[in-house]
Amino acid sequence: MTSYRLDAGGAINRAQALTFTFDGQSFKGLDGDTVASALLANDQMLMARSFKYHRPRGVVTAGSSEPNALLTIGSGLRAEPNARATVTELYDGLVTTSQNRWPSLKTDIGAVNGLLSPFLGAGFYYKTFMWPASFWEKLYEPLIRRAAGLGKLVLQPDPDRYEKCWAHCDLLVIGAGPAGLMAALVAGRSGARVILADESFTLGGSLLSENVAIGETPASEFAKRTIEELASLPNVTLMPRTTVFGWYDDMVFGAVERVQKHVASPSPDLPMERLWRIVAKRAILASGAEERPLVFGGNDKPGVMTAGAVRSYLNRYGVAVGSRLAIFTNGGSGYRTAADLTARGIKVTAIIDARQQAPDLGPDGVRVIRNGAVVATKGRHRLESLIAERAGFQEVIDCDALAMSGGWSPIVHLMCQRGAKPIWSEEKQAFMAPNVGGAFVAAGGAHGADTIYACLRDGAAKAAAMMGELGFSAYQATLPEVEGEYDPSFAPVWYVPGAKDKAFVDFQNDVHVGDLGIAQREGFRHIEHTKRYTTSGMATDQGKLGNVNTAGIVAGMRGVSPAEIGTTTFRPFYTPVSFGALAGAARGEHAAPVRTSPLHGWAKKNGATFVESGLWYRSAWFAKEGEKTWRDSVDREVLNVRANAGLCDVSTLGKIEIFGAGAAEFLNRVYCNGFLKLPVGKARYGLMLREDGIVFDDGTTSRLSEQHYVMTTTTAYAAEVMAHLEFCAQTFWPELDVRFVFVTDEWAQMSLAGPKARIILSRIVEDDISNVAFSFLAVRTVTLRGGLKARLFRISFSGELAYELAVPAGYGEAVADAIMEAGREEAICAYGVEALNVLRIEKGFVTHNELDGRTTADDVGLGKMMAMQKADFIGKRLSTRFGLTAADRLQLVGLKPVEADKEIKAGAHLLKENAKPSLANDQGFVSSACFSPTLGGFIALAMLKSGRERTGEHIVVWDALRGAEVPAEVCQPVFFDPDNTRLHL
Amino acid sequence: MASLITCPHCGTRPKEEFSIRGAAAPRRPSPAARDEVWHRYVYVRDNPKGRYEEYWHHAAGCRRWLVVDRDNLTHEVFGVTDATDHLTAEAGE
Amino acid sequence: MRYSAYSIFKQAFSGNRLWTPAWREPQPKTHYDVIIIGGGGHGLSTAYYLAKEFGITNVAVLEKGYIGSGNVGRNTTIIRSNYLLEGNNPFYELSLQLWEGLEKDFNYNAMVSQRGIVTLFHSDSQRDDYARRGNGMRMHGVDAELLDREQVRRMMPYLNFDHARFPILGGLYQKRGGTVRHDAVAWGYARGADQRGVDVIQHCEVTGIRRENGVVVGVETTKGFIGCSKLALAAAGNTTTVGRMADLDLPIETHVLQAFVSEGLKPVIDHVITYGAGHFYISQSDKGGLVFGAGLDFYSSYAQRGNLQTVEHTMEEGVTMIPGLSRAKVLRAWAGVMDMSMDGSPIIDRTPIDNLYLNCGWCYGGFKATPASGFCFAHLIARNEPHHVARFMRLDRFERGYMIDEAGKGPQPNLH
Repeated sequence: MTSYRLDAGGAINRAQALTFTFDGQSFKGLDGDTVASALLANDQMLMARSFKYHRPRGVVTAGSSEPNALLTIGSGLRAEPNARATVTELYDGLVTTSQNRWPSLKTDIGAVNGLLSPFLGAGFYYKTFMWPASFWEKLYEPLIRRAAGLGKLVLQPDPDRYEKCWAHCDLLVIGAGPAGLMAALVAGRSGARVILADESFTLGGSLLSENVAIGETPASEFAKRTIEELASLPNVTLMPRTTVFGWYDDMVFGAVERVQKHVASPSPDLPMERLWRIVAKRAILASGAEERPLVFGGNDKPGVMTAGAVRSYLNRYGVAVGSRLAIFTNGGSGYRTAADLTARGIKVTAIIDARQQAPDLGPDGVRVIRNGAVVATKGRHRLESLIAERAGFQEVIDCDALAMSGGWSPIVHLMCQRGAKPIWSEEKQAFMAPNVGGAFVAAGGAHGADTIYACLRDGAAKAAAMMGELGFSAYQATLPEVEGEYDPSFAPVWYVPGAKDKAFVDFQNDVHVGDLGIAQREGFRHIEHTKRYTTSGMATDQGKLGNVNTAGIVAGMRGVSPAEIGTTTFRPFYTPVSFGALAGAARGEHAAPVRTSPLHGWAKKNGATFVESGLWYRSAWFAKEGEKTWRDSVDREVLNVRANAGLCDVSTLGKIEIFGAGAAEFLNRVYCNGFLKLPVGKARYGLMLREDGIVFDDGTTSRLSEQHYVMTTTTAYAAEVMAHLEFCAQTFWPELDVRFVFVTDEWAQMSLAGPKARIILSRIVEDDISNVAFSFLAVRTVTLRGGLKARLFRISFSGELAYELAVPAGYGEAVADAIMEAGREEAICAYGVEALNVLRIEKGFVTHNELDGRTTADDVGLGKMMAMQKADFIGKRLSTRFGLTAADRLQLVGLKPVEADKEIKAGAHLLKENAKPSLANDQGFVSSACFSPTLGGFIALAMLKSGRERTGEHIVVWDALRGAEVPAEVCQPVFFDPDNTRLHL
Repeated sequence: MASLITCPHCGTRPKEEFSIRGAAAPRRPSPAARDEVWHRYVYVRDNPKGRYEEYWHHAAGCRRWLVVDRDNLTHEVFGVTDATDHLTAEAGE
Repeated sequence: MRYSAYSIFKQAFSGNRLWTPAWREPQPKTHYDVIIIGGGGHGLSTAYYLAKEFGITNVAVLEKGYIGSGNVGRNTTIIRSNYLLEGNNPFYELSLQLWEGLEKDFNYNAMVSQRGIVTLFHSDSQRDDYARRGNGMRMHGVDAELLDREQVRRMMPYLNFDHARFPILGGLYQKRGGTVRHDAVAWGYARGADQRGVDVIQHCEVTGIRRENGVVVGVETTKGFIGCSKLALAAAGNTTTVGRMADLDLPIETHVLQAFVSEGLKPVIDHVITYGAGHFYISQSDKGGLVFGAGLDFYSSYAQRGNLQTVEHTMEEGVTMIPGLSRAKVLRAWAGVMDMSMDGSPIIDRTPIDNLYLNCGWCYGGFKATPASGFCFAHLIARNEPHHVARFMRLDRFERGYMIDEAGKGPQPNLH
């Protein structure tokens, strides 16, 4: 045994053994373990392979910055790739597997890359694989891709659910170590609403790992008591297992809570993860400090880890990471580690101190090599010994693990996400948190405090100051004494030169000092260039462990201070966040809200097939028994509307009520055609332009009374039109007295069309709706049999005698039923939007197929609607630009295939006969097409260059995409009843 | 700004409730203005880096158009006014 | 130094100690024939083609930061030429053709990977739109295929076919579309330009444009005054700021677009896929990261960072399109600042000032345009007339009423 569980100690529940598997082998761990601590307790140091050279790797850390020990946790649909073993909470039955190795973790063929490493230096791939050109995609890239990535993603639907919440507080404390706990305690005692979030499953941070006494109790006991006290305060919310990943504008923090990641059998009643947007008046960053690895040859050997990690495994998890440890340090952390280890009876074979002189003393009987360095490590799958060098002399040091300490870097990530850069401190030899204003400050280790006492004091002071700013009377905390702290000072050692083996700065991406050198030599000197060229800092830890070393080493190579080199940009996410958590419940069928019409039930019972239309589901057609295809149904519906009558749900059209003394003038300005003279009781088709003169939307607007109109819009543009009207009213013409109410959902609206429409309608309407009393475009509030008031519009989108009847939404289905019943003898049918579309194409009415955001009124033959004599309307001035009035613009025409049974499809382009396909010869495109059962052939609407003067011309409908070329004749866009006689029946 | 907006009618609300149109500075010219003036109104933008007035619509709230006075580099918000009030104040100046 | 397998072999045996700088770090000369403001993809490619195709080598590229620090290094690396309109399609096709020969041309492996792009459609009318676009592409000789639902399913069985809010009915497929290693594009062009005599000058911010008698004579910079005969702006994201130094009126609003990368994963997504019921697009890099993005943050911003709502919305669309993404973890979000033009299309043109040239308005489509943009801009600068495929991308097209409105959204930049 080299690493093993000690008999006593640690914040683990020894009564609760947990079984788990790693690469199929069964292990036992304890409640309170991470996967990493449990594996170490079982002497499993080898946990992973690196990305590029497939080198054997163990843990380097005991926290969230872990670059090496990435495992796949879980199996089947719940498998999560790239989980950090060092923060993954162990549970009974957990299944975990190693990644990026074949055939096994111990024997990985990919390790051959290590032999080729002289050829695989920084940026090698930019310089080769270019010949012959076709080999890149066929040979080189597939090889590279096969080697890419770490874990395997199961690209199957996730069985779990996720949710999102907002939270609000006076003070958000990020990190529950000594500074965070004290800050939360002060704020909580002061009466402020506090949220204390920590990424770990146990609050306490470094207090769980450090062997000091606080107020005469062990640090972990102090943490426990403080947490209990916080939990007793109703104004404090404790959020363990919650990572604050991003700081956004207005003091909004993004956080993800791992609700059930640690549960063997997740409850379906709870989310797997929960996204929090925390709105905080103030926030304290108490994220602590990261211990820097030392950069020396072979510093990636399994068993080499930070000194703090060794103490964490020892003190928090009761695990000795080795039986004979060596220590390589440049400061007090190494000595503290030696002391902790020897106190627990674990042998420390040597302390190698990079400093010439140091205030620290090793434990009794432990040899200290001052002014020393580690220059090589031995061992294959874990450290077996190392070579230390002092004054030119080398010696072998026996060890099975090495604790290294290269000093400390405050964890300032979150504070630098909004543009501020961390600032180099010569005194601290670290990049410090920038000043980002008083609302968000760093405290404790994140602020450079380097003893536990200093952290407690800083946390309390920062919180107290904020309490004052927020108007609370700050609670005066009594700071406890801390006994047994070590001297935290250190002297920088960026790199131990002269090693044969690679000295890594970015462990996961296998970036070593040699790569940084290549980047400098080749001119990739800016730190962002260095990063991008070498990939240092681009791994899943985003440089948490290595970036400061990279800056220090590059500074050394260039002979400047790290201040001049600076850091790369800090960006969300602090640690990786799942798609699932960020997406929440908006997925699958719930990706977007569903809108159904008040007549949905009516349509359903009449056999409708529904089709998505924006957020709506609209009835597309109503299949009858014996109809084999949708076309069968649509053809029948169309013919029946033309011959008898049909009822169609048009409730999805946008409906806007417009009120006010200025309404008439307002409409006159937003529509390009005139609206001032629209009489009460009449509807008018209106065309709305954008300010650039292009058609925006169309619809009808009816005057219900002197100062009351109701406007309809297309289904697709309802919201846009409403926003547009409000914009015009509020910013262009606030002097006009006009108000809008969006009533699309308040009314069920149905179109009753066909020569027998009036007969049918007269059976349910009390009022006189004869052609004389209620002529084309008439509008009136009518009374239905039984007393219901309804709005009746005589408007038509089918070219038939037609009415639109609007009733309050709740009555829709009953009224539609009544109409169907009243029309039974007249053979009324339900018809859907497909038939509606055929009917309108036969009549040459345009929709957004034609009005595609690039067409003018004139393009679609509605130029004469533009009332240019009006002083002003939206779009008037820019509509006259040369390009919008040019003779060669695309204009709306009809198309009939020369052979009527040849299908024309929308999306085809148009060519002159015998012309070669080319953009220069492109004559336009088919905008709408259908089979017209009325005419017994295919017809289409098209936008054709100078189309209106080309009636009668034969043209080729060119549809290479679907392998068709159909000769067609250009015709008027109105195929049926061009004189509109049927409208006025 | 990017996260929360204090609507003068509804109070502080999340960005999710708003839709954004663009620069609030351009003023719709009089119908009689020259073509050049109309062109500038529709197509030319000052697009300053820094303090900037922008039209936001409280679409999922009071349905009022607002002028958000903000810094488009730091995302600091200096004030939010109802668009109509903003125009009135401007006219009064 | 010419790069090849041999050069790597040779260097390896000298401990990789003899690599030479990819480009010089020259001090500015007093005068250049052409100064290009902006050391991004477009500025560097312009310099490269000026030198290589038009024989103009007395050229400086001035970059206020480090080269490639703008959008060429913060995009989703997609290349394609599946455009609808005549004003765009031939231009982007030229760009794609240049991509196809790029590595040999500039002796740098930018990993042009034509893995194919599929743009999904979810309704009949969207299918018609894409058919129109695809037929337009075919008319220009560009590859395009209309896939039905089953064809898409065979290529990408992991898409949401069974529980989609907006069903996948098919897709428009361009086989020649793909991805490129973005940083390498800037570096390859910089190295190629440098080798041909162009001075690439980093950390040199232009603070003023000096004019005499209405003609540009040079620029004030943080490294002093530098004279030039012709001045070319290729500073997307900062076009207005630089343009104001010459009193240019521009149809530009600056917006921010976010992009994302996941942790490294074994290859699961082979193509570039674009969601038709939203804005989401995704591909997987050769390193294993899923690279993806969606829509704008919608407010004007010069800050290279985005908001959380857009992040959430992007992931919602991603999981909606590919349910299996749910357990993948997002590693990093970044944001690019871009010129949104008033019709969603770029401008490559002369300006009212005779020797001042303008390249801007790339919206979020600038990366794929990099080679053609440089080529056409170089043509314009050298010949003083637009390249044929860029002849619609004029500054005065708005006044004349010849917008190139691919999205049909009109003069509101954040809708394009």
